Amino acid sequence: MAEFSLPANSKVKIGNTHKAPEGAKRVKAFKIYRYDPDSGQNPRVDTYEIDLDECGPMVLDALIKIKNEVDTTVTFRRSCREGICGSCAMNIDGTNTLACLKSIDEVKDDVKIYPLPHMPVVKDLVPDLTRPYAQLASIEPWLKTKSPLPPTDEERRQSPEEREKLDGLWECVLCFCCSTSCPSYWWNGDRYLGPAILLQAYRWIADSRDEYTGERLDQLEDPFRLYRCHTIMNCTKTCPKGLNPAKAIGEIKKLMVQRM
Amino acid sequence: MTDNSMRTPIGRVRGLGSAKAGLHHWWMQRITAIALIPLTLWFVASLISLAGAGYEETAAWLGSPFVAILMIALIVATFYHAALGLQVVIEDYIHHEGAKLALLLGVKLLAALLAIAALFAVLKLAFGG
Repeated sequence: MAEFSLPANSKVKIGNTHKAPEGAKRVKAFKIYRYDPDSGQNPRVDTYEIDLDECGPMVLDALIKIKNEVDTTVTFRRSCREGICGSCAMNIDGTNTLACLKSIDEVKDDVKIYPLPHMPVVKDLVPDLTRPYAQLASIEPWLKTKSPLPPTDEERRQSPEEREKLDGLWECVLCFCCSTSCPSYWWNGDRYLGPAILLQAYRWIADSRDEYTGERLDQLEDPFRLYRCHTIMNCTKTCPKGLNPAKAIGEIKKLMVQRM
Repeated sequence: MTDNSMRTPIGRVRGLGSAKAGLHHWWMQRITAIALIPLTLWFVASLISLAGAGYEETAAWLGSPFVAILMIALIVATFYHAALGLQVVIEDYIHHEGAKLALLLGVKLLAALLAIAALFAVLKLAFGG
């Protein structure tokens, strides 16, 4: 059965509070999920009060400030800090998003920050994404062709109209905000590929230069790999890049009908 | 598979491979859903218009060819759609293989039995009177 309550050793406790410095005027509290599996202790939520006058505008700015100035043990992934690398995906104010693209002003009350839902936690805000990465590899996300390589000074041709079909697909940064927001992926992520991977799969199915469309569809036609999508659309709602994985999945289902 | 298996992540994900099925289930669920819209509206409207009618009148209505044919369509679509839908719910939420198999079997057999019983009732009225 699906599990609707956490096991005893996973119950989240109230942690430490780090007060804002004296004289701070615009104080905002950041409540951050802390968990170290190696410690044997339950997860806890620590509170960090930050003076927004001394902090950049984005949630990632606050996280970096906390790590630099308040508590160096806070653990999270980040790299580009401008929404291109997809590293700082986490659950902020109840929604999966990229910390670098989430403005602190958008959060009305305390800023609650948790790791991406329903993934094993490596530490604090760092989820173990081994499985989605393996699922990405399983759909073979590269151009596959039967025709021989074009001469060295030529590329594989694609008309502007064909290239347009990839818009809304190539922009995905593989942050997995969508997959980890999907209840179907929560309950059946071991067999369901999830919205991020299915959008990637469609990116190659929709590519006019790829010659393995049929084989790609064969690999997806499965009650779990593809058809666990029940069009819940959390994926589209949460995507920090404004993409539409639900539509990409719908397009795959349409192609399945088309070749029936 | 146990959590301490040393199988690689890609090995686990590739698993038993694609079932190369699932389209038929998805497609039939949609076809029966579309069929059920007019059939259910017709059935509810008919029940309302039959309000207050006695046994004889209702039985004669159910046994008339046009009504019996639509009733058979309604029964087949309803139980087919219900079985397909419940199968998805069970596959979504039941992760114990034994319980899943038992429930899937139970739901399909029960849906078939109920459909046969309902069809028998309609046919009896249509042919037996």
